[in-house]
Amino acid sequence: MQSEEWKFTAKDIAEKPDLFMSGHRACAGCAPATVMRLIMKAIRGPTIVTHATGCMEVVSTIYPYTSWAVPWLHTAFENAAANASGIEAALKIMKKKGKIKHEHVDVIAIAGDGGTYDIGIQALSGAVERGHDFLFVLYDNEAYMNTGIQRSGGTPLGASTTTSPAGTVIPGKLEPKKPIADIMVAHEIPYVATASPYYWRDLITKVRKGLEVEGPAFLHVFAPCPRGWRSDPAKSIELSRLAVETCVFPLWEAVNGEYQLSTPSKVLALAPQKKKPVKEYVAVQGRFRHLLTPKFEKMLEEIQRITDMRWQKLLKKCGIA
Amino acid sequence: MKSAVEQKILALNGDEAVAYAVKQSDVDVVAAYPITPQTIIVERFSEYVANGEVETAFVCTESEHSALTACLAASLAGARTFTASASAGLALMHEILFVTSGCRAPVVMAIANRALSAPINIHGDQSDTMAQRDSGWIQIYAENAQEVYDSIIQAFRIAEHPDVLLPTIVGLDGFTLSHSVENVNALPDEEVKKFVGTRRFPNALTHEGKTAPLKLDPDYPMTLGPLAFPNYYFEFKRQQEEAMKNALSVIKQVHDEYARISGRRYGDGLLEPYKLEDAEIAIVCVGSTAGTVKTVIDDLRTEGVKAGLLRIRTFRPLPVQGIREALEHVKAVAVMDRSMSFGGQGGAVFHEVRHALYDSSKHPLTVNYIYGLGGRDTSPSQIREIYTDLQEIVKKNRVEEPVKYVGLRE
Repeated sequence: MQSEEWKFTAKDIAEKPDLFMSGHRACAGCAPATVMRLIMKAIRGPTIVTHATGCMEVVSTIYPYTSWAVPWLHTAFENAAANASGIEAALKIMKKKGKIKHEHVDVIAIAGDGGTYDIGIQALSGAVERGHDFLFVLYDNEAYMNTGIQRSGGTPLGASTTTSPAGTVIPGKLEPKKPIADIMVAHEIPYVATASPYYWRDLITKVRKGLEVEGPAFLHVFAPCPRGWRSDPAKSIELSRLAVETCVFPLWEAVNGEYQLSTPSKVLALAPQKKKPVKEYVAVQGRFRHLLTPKFEKMLEEIQRITDMRWQKLLKKCGIA
Repeated sequence: MKSAVEQKILALNGDEAVAYAVKQSDVDVVAAYPITPQTIIVERFSEYVANGEVETAFVCTESEHSALTACLAASLAGARTFTASASAGLALMHEILFVTSGCRAPVVMAIANRALSAPINIHGDQSDTMAQRDSGWIQIYAENAQEVYDSIIQAFRIAEHPDVLLPTIVGLDGFTLSHSVENVNALPDEEVKKFVGTRRFPNALTHEGKTAPLKLDPDYPMTLGPLAFPNYYFEFKRQQEEAMKNALSVIKQVHDEYARISGRRYGDGLLEPYKLEDAEIAIVCVGSTAGTVKTVIDDLRTEGVKAGLLRIRTFRPLPVQGIREALEHVKAVAVMDRSMSFGGQGGAVFHEVRHALYDSSKHPLTVNYIYGLGGRDTSPSQIREIYTDLQEIVKKNRVEEPVKYVGLRE
């Protein structure tokens, strides 16, 4: 790993031109749009970006406009990783045959939770098994927001969505989030990490690391959606901090399968008293509103239990018992 | 016609003829997934890769959906690309077929035509490609292994032509062509390489106002595959239709140019008539069945029956005018379909031939024969019966049963 966090200072970042440009049609308070901008701050040279269908694709490339200052491709929903496979294979062989001049071109595939956890997982699993040299970025806003807040495999336990609505009997989604980043680690790829836009320097550094490794890299980015989460559009970045502080979304890296906590989460591991209760995170989001009623308080307890259980498992993997 | 170059006679089945043609065509990326009866194509091709006989990236994907996606993306990155599939594999690609043509990516694909499930059946018919006839791909169907070889080479030139820029399918009947060994005359490697040339790119205007070749190039960033609302979408689709129209003449040009080198012609590249000029009754068919029909015609001609054939080689774009001109003097036409269009009163080829003939003042009588589904053989005697039926239709001057089934237990 050549990249160090100190390389990306606020000054460096501010001076670097935006490759994800303003003028897109994302909603007020959209964290995914901020995530796109941060990702593109980590670019190290010629880069091609490919997107799955989803919010960020839809808001940024309305013909004849574009927010992308790099070559950019969208083909369909379930195949961002297959796009990347084709582009990477083409660049490699054309370089070998002298048909293109760039020594190296980085390839980044970007998808939301639907395009990663659900409909996109087959293409993703296949592409990383084949060892293509690309970075896959999952921006996780925890439901199908583009189509109007339907539940996905990335929707957390207890969240109310339009297809897992909190009713009088059922307290929102009954299943916890699929541990997607761990599934990617199980593919034995060289780099997997999680990131949150509040910790922007950590995020940018991880993007850069993902680009620098040879072979597939996977970055899972937490990305609050005020429309879908029924949260204050002014608080998206605060929410992305709270998710880390409650251990709902811990930050870590797995380099060649070796887990290690990133600083914001390591602090909590070393000083467990700083770990905030999940209720603080849940209370500021309308999608969990029903969990604060006495009827469904058991579900809130269950969310805390699963969060703690997953955190303990992660600590074990990181060698902190 | 004489060949301009020395050719090598190879014993190849249809699938191997595809692989051999692709090997000679300077393809950059092949992405594919195995499926019977196409599998031999990718098996042979991966052997070429393993033995260093080609400079091609072979991407063995986890599905046909990803295979076509990878070809599409590679093509937009500037690579010459090829894939192959059949039946369920092509059906799984359905979504990406439209995206590929919509993105104007000149991917070439061989389809070893096979029946669709259910019931599951691995044998030959044309249900798979006929079901994709509106997906914006050029469709060329071969009669024998030689034509398979020739058509694949031509397909790269057609697909990549800047006036066309459309993906192209070459269809070969499953097992009948894919698995039957024939003598194939192969052009020398350097002749094929010269013929296919390197990819040409039309210029496009980037968002920075620069003019650059249409592809994903870090020096000239372009956004490909954008979202188009009702204010632009329709124009994109109209342009695809224009490209299809252009393909009609480009296919003929490429076919002519190739014929000058190889000495082989298939009609005008769009339609191949056989003893049709003075024919009173004619069969229209697509694919390998034409070979059987031709031998039956030869027999009938010795008996004084004026029988003829029109083989549709290029089904998309449909040479509407050519079909009309070729058939309007005929008294009765039997259209053979090796697929069903359920509830549509006849098969796809029948619909389209009748549509082509509608504008003719002469209106030959037309009848449809559905045949060979799921790999059922169609014999010369069954073809002969069709011609006998046509004689009866001419005599009565009417079609009593517009859709009939060949060799079916009923």
